[in-house]
This record gives sequence, C-alpha cells and structure tokens, in this order.
Amino acid sequence: MSLTLTKSAPVSTAAPALTARGLSKCYGQIEVLRDITLDIRPGEVHAIIGENGAGKSTLMKLLSGHATPTGGQLFMDGKKVNFADAVQAEAAGIVLVHQEILLAADLTVAQNLFLGRELSRGFMVDDRAMNRRTAEVLAQVGSTARPTDRVGDQPLAQRQLFQIARALLDDRKVVILDEPTAMLANDEVDALLRIVRDLRDQGVAILYISHRLEEVETLADRVTILRDGDMIGTWNVSELSQRQMAEQMVGRKLDMLYPPKRGTSKDAPILDVTALSVDGGKFVGSLVVRPGEVLGIGGMIGAGRTEFFEGLMGLRTAQADKIVLNGESITSPNVKRMMAAGLVYLTEDRKGKGLLLNDRLGPNLTLQALDAINPGFQLNRKGEASALDVAVEEYDIRVRSLGIEAGKLSGGNQQKLLLAKVMMADPSVVIIDEPTRGIDIGNKSQIYKFIDDLVRAGRACVVISSELPELVGLADRVLVMRGGRFVAELEGAEITEQNVVYAAASNRKTAEGRTGT
Amino acid sequence: MSSIEIKATPEREGISIPWGSLAPFIALAAIVVLGALINSNFLAANNLLNVITRSAFIAIIGVGATFVIATGGLDLSVGSMMAFVTGIMILTMNGLTPSLGPWAILAGAGVALVVGALCGLLNGLIITVGRIEPFIVTLGTMGIFRAFITFMSDGGSLSIDRSLREAYRPVYFGDFLGVPYPVLITLCVVLIGAFLLYRTKYGRRVTAVGSNADVAQFSGVHVGGVRTMAFVIQGICVAVAAICYVPRLGAATPTTGQLWELQVITAVVIGGTLLRGGKARVWGTVAGALILEIIANVMVLSDMVSEYLVAAVQGTIIIIAMLAHRFTSAR
Repeated sequence: MSLTLTKSAPVSTAAPALTARGLSKCYGQIEVLRDITLDIRPGEVHAIIGENGAGKSTLMKLLSGHATPTGGQLFMDGKKVNFADAVQAEAAGIVLVHQEILLAADLTVAQNLFLGRELSRGFMVDDRAMNRRTAEVLAQVGSTARPTDRVGDQPLAQRQLFQIARALLDDRKVVILDEPTAMLANDEVDALLRIVRDLRDQGVAILYISHRLEEVETLADRVTILRDGDMIGTWNVSELSQRQMAEQMVGRKLDMLYPPKRGTSKDAPILDVTALSVDGGKFVGSLVVRPGEVLGIGGMIGAGRTEFFEGLMGLRTAQADKIVLNGESITSPNVKRMMAAGLVYLTEDRKGKGLLLNDRLGPNLTLQALDAINPGFQLNRKGEASALDVAVEEYDIRVRSLGIEAGKLSGGNQQKLLLAKVMMADPSVVIIDEPTRGIDIGNKSQIYKFIDDLVRAGRACVVISSELPELVGLADRVLVMRGGRFVAELEGAEITEQNVVYAAASNRKTAEGRTGT
Repeated sequence: MSSIEIKATPEREGISIPWGSLAPFIALAAIVVLGALINSNFLAANNLLNVITRSAFIAIIGVGATFVIATGGLDLSVGSMMAFVTGIMILTMNGLTPSLGPWAILAGAGVALVVGALCGLLNGLIITVGRIEPFIVTLGTMGIFRAFITFMSDGGSLSIDRSLREAYRPVYFGDFLGVPYPVLITLCVVLIGAFLLYRTKYGRRVTAVGSNADVAQFSGVHVGGVRTMAFVIQGICVAVAAICYVPRLGAATPTTGQLWELQVITAVVIGGTLLRGGKARVWGTVAGALILEIIANVMVLSDMVSEYLVAAVQGTIIIIAMLAHRFTSAR
C-alpha cells in the first residue's frame, strides 16, 4: 500500500472554526440524527465515520446549509449562525464537496468551476480571467487537465479533483469532503490526501467522511463516530486502532471480515475465453474460470477491467476467437445469450446501470429474470411477490416496507438487492464489479459471505476490485490488467497487495507473464 | 385492475393514498361539476355522449402515445400519420368498392391497420437503428406524412365512395345499447393497453426502459426492440382512430388531424405519465383526453369566454397540471 504519509503537527488546539451543539434532524416522524455535538478546528482534519444510515450525510447537509436542523445550534467562531441554504453557508466560508460528481459534462473545466458565479467584464464573461484562475486551482489540486478541456472527456478521478478545485476557488474556513476517495485508485488517493494535508496546513478546518479506515488513520487528527443517528464519541485518532474504530461503528465485535479461502480450484473450467477483443481491440484478453473459485481482477482504474467484462457480457461490441461457457460455444457475445448460458454481470455503477431508482423493489428484483419467473406472456404477480419475500430474507435486505423505491435504500441494501437480482437468473458464473464500493463494513462482510456461499455451492465468481485488501482477502487467484491487457496471474501466497500493485503499475515489459516479486 | 391487483401485491402495504395518480380523475370530476354549474344543458345525456364520442380519437391515439412516452420516446407525427392512414384507407376502399361492395370497408380497415403499424415501425426503426432523437425523427415524418395526404387529396378533399356511406356511417354515429361505437372501441383499446402495460412482461420492460435504459440493457432487456414495438403500437392506435374517423366526415383533407399530436401529448401528460418516461398511466390518458374535450364543450356552452380561446385554455391546463404535479411530488 502506498499510504505512507505521516502526520505532522500534534492535534490542533485552536479555537473551533465551526461548532455544532445538540444538533438534531427529523424527517416527519423519523429522527435521523440526535443530539450531535462536535467542533472542527482550523488546521485539523476531523474524520466522521459510521455505517451507512448512521447519519453522516445528514450531518454534512446540516453543517453545509443543504438542510436545516430541527434542533440544536451551529456556531462559527463562537457566534450563532443559521443557514437557510447552501449559498449562505458558502458565503460564511463553509463548502461541501459532494461524493457524487456534480458537473456539467458538456462544459469546460473552467466553465464548470465558475458555473453560477462567472467573472465578467461589463456584459461579457471574462473567459481569460476564469481560465487563468482555474489553471491556478487545478495546479493546487494536482490535476493535469487544462481549463479549456471538456469535463465529459476527463476520467472520473480528474472530475473528483475538479469538484475539490471548485471548492477552493474562494477562501474557505471549513471544507467538508464526502468520501472523496470512493472513486479513486490508490495513486490518485495519495495525491488527494496530499492536497487535503496542504489545505490543513494552510489553516483550513477539514471535515472528512470516509469508509476507508486506513485513510482515516493516516490522515485524520480526530475522529467522530456515529451509529444509528447517535454520536458515539470523538477521539484523537492516535487513541484508536482501525479495528477499534470499526467495532465502535458497528457496536459489536467484528467477526473475521473475510471468509476463509477455498484454495486453488483444479476443476475443469466452467468459462474459457480465448482472445476476446472488446471495442475494436482496445481491450483484449484470454482467461479461464473454474467452478468453486473466486477469481480476482486487479488493476488501476482505467486499466479496462470494467470494459473487458462488459464486452464479455455482450454489453459492448466484442468478438472472441472462442468463448466456451457451460459447454456452449460462443464467438460474438450478446447479453441475452450470455445470461441464458449462465453468466451474469453485476455493474460497478449501482445507481446508473444497476437499479431503477424510482421503481419499487419487486420490479427491480425480477427485471433480469422476467422470462424465468413468468413463463407466459402475462406477469405472474404471486410469483414475483414471493420471489421478493425470499430475496429480502435470503440477502438480508433491510427495509421498513417492501413497497418503497429502490432509490430510498441505503447503499449496502441496494447492493444486496442488486446481488439478489442477478442471482435470480440462477447463473453459474457471477462477475461482480466493485462488490463493496461505497458501502459500510457491516454490509461488506455480509457480501463477502454471500460470495463465499455461492462459490462453495459450485458456482464461480469473478471479483473486479480496486480495493487491494478486498482482492487479497477474497480471491483464490488474481489476474491483473494494465492498459487493456492481462499482465500477470497470481496464485496462493503470491497474492499480496505489493504484487498486485507492482503488476498493475509497472512497465508491461517487465511484468509480462507471472510476477513473483 | 381493482381488488385483484391489490391483493396480489402485498408490497403496497403501508402506502398512503396515491394522490398523484388520482389527480387527473379528481380534475375531471371538478371540471364536470363546473360544467354542470355553468350550463344545465351540459349534463344532458345527448351532450355528454357527444363529448365523450368526440374525445375518442385523442384517447385512442393517446393510449399508443402512453407507450411511446413511457419508454422515454415522443411521437410528433401522429396527427399527420392519422391523415395519411385515412387517405390510404379511403383510396383502398374506393378502389375495391366495384369488386367487393360494402366489404371494401373491412378491406380498407385491414389495410389501415397494416399501414399504421408500418408507419410506426418506420419511426421506431429510424430512431433505434439510426440512433436519432425521437423528437427529430418524428418531426421529419410528421412533415412527410402531411405532404403525402396533401398530395393524395391534391390539396383538396378525398371523399369515400357514396355507395359506402350508409354502410360505414354507424361506426361513428351508431351505438350498441345506447353506447356509441367509438366509445366502445376506445374502451377496448384502453383495456388492451392497460393489460399490456400492467400485466405483461412487455409492459414491465416498457417502464424499465423509460426509467433507465442502461439498467434495462444491463438486465438483458432488448432496449431497441421494446422502443420500436412501442412505436408500432402507436401506429396501430392511430389506424384504429382513423377507422373511427373516416365515417364522421367521410373525407380526408390536408388539415385532417392537424395539431392532434399536441392534444395527444397534452392528454398523456395531464393523465400522469411522465414525459421523461418510466411511468405509464393509461386510464389517466383517457381522463386527460376527456378533460380537453369537456373544456372545449363547456366553453362553447357558456358564452363567457370566446370559443376561439379553447386552445389557450387547454394550454393553460397542461401548465397547471404540471405545476400541480411538481407541487405534489416535491413533498
């Protein structure tokens, strides 16, 4: 791992920039946040951690004016403040950097950064001044993009940096970062953490929300833990180990996060792909998948892992010399055919490509397996309802009512619903892209358990993951992709974070074939 | 729809009254009450049947439009397509009358259905295979169909053969147990539409595609096929409307069905179907079509507002409906 930053100064003791006292928030009858008291000091990174649904995002919204508290009081520099909206909060020097990328894809970087507050000379917008200022902040956040680049052409990691750059256009007292590293690969995370440290050293008070406990440990000075809308406490980070943090978050001792490994499978391949070429040769590879194994796919973001497997699934233009899946021979994959032959793909883009957020759980669950559940032309409503009952039970999807929309579920429950959805088709090979992105540790260990269960039942699972501990903890075998090609295969004891990173990042010539360094 | 559906879907438990989906029917009731207060003649059986019969065309085409719009599409060509199908149908009937006699009507209706379906298929294929915005494609075909009917009628009127008039007349003017045929036909179309949308796999896929095409594709749904089929259904509905329309005036002209596309879209949207797709309300569309026609009728009966302003009032209604929708769904 490359999280080698060290903490510099001792915990800041300056007077708080922002203080919350007894903050509460109710939505209707439901109290989602109770009696939160915390302060954020200039020159410190204050981490907020908690499981999904613990109230982190609500707290962020209250502090940044995106929502108004129903109880309690905010103070800035000791004076009472009330924010009617985010604009007022920003005027006071508090800015929230959203987890989701909220940028207009067709505008340039500079146009996005200055959206709604364009600089002007008379009636004309002053593009030159905006581009100049944008170049400055881009340099500050370590982005390689130019101010005139179209945002839609930039990779996700760059867009994340643009959001932070936008927050830095004006002088800020308090910067709130909501899981800024959720979409980033490890080297990009490093760069981002450096920026956060720079900001802190300039005396900015930083509130940092993250699921990655190792980040909290390396970066933060203090940490506040929330659980079910209650505040468990605030600690100096040096007082807590990652394990203790996790235990405070879930309120119980953690079982082993990863189930024991199954060992290398020797069975005949269930899926055998020879020279699959996706998007006209941009992503090319061969692989075998055996029943009873978890095959991990490692690599940097942008290495082409998602594209390759979307191609294998027939979701992109793809052509192979040969694909043998459960004895069936296929050369040009298409979704229906691949699903019928027993392959499913669980997307990394849960909200964009996985679930119908405005639809109820039932239609979401059965969309992929409509033909299996409804043999005729008509919908079999009884069958659908009982399928939902079974799935909710089996995958432990926690909902107040079965009639709510999928978009109202927490990330972890959405992921479990998505898993239940792809399993409805009773596949023999399951490809899961980023199985635990953006979900909390309790749900994570459940999903690992599901993966273990389905593999032990004789299925095979391909796990694409950018989280190295996850890859190392889950996979019986790992393929590493770089530049659209598989460059290394690791087995057994070779599967270490160092080996995966080395293969993913080093020059292809030296990493060709197996690496054991 | 009623009790069976509620019993079979326990996931509905704990959900309060869906005011959003009831709104079009409440509005319809309110406008009927208003009409009765303004002019007592409004509630006369004759007048009411007349109004409902006249709304049949928009309602029938609206059922098809509900499919298209629910998939996230839009069809601006329906008015022109109606005129074009009407023209083809009249030419077919007139051509076949010497050999078939009154049976030419059935042949004409069959040809109309086929032509309607093909027009829809054309729209659908250009949109899905050519990957062009539905708005642009149907804007183009709207012009094409309109030009064809103008050409076929030579800029004037294209009338059906005199010998067919008597036999065909009842399809619009006749009734069964007092219910006019166009109303019965509308009812059939709506029932079939509701069945397709709410009770079949195809209907589920229609809303899935409209809700999020990526999700549908990743779930193995043939997105292009579902979209194209919606346009074919739209074409068939247009043909059914044409079959009811021909006996009314007995002719097609270059202005037949002009601006109907706007009325149809208005009816669909007032009815609660989302213009961006993903939610379909067939019965709401019927309520929307009735609302438009009743408003026109009440204005004619009332003398308070000039009937030349009917379109203005209808335009206001759609804006109010959307504002009301925004207001209720924001909470």
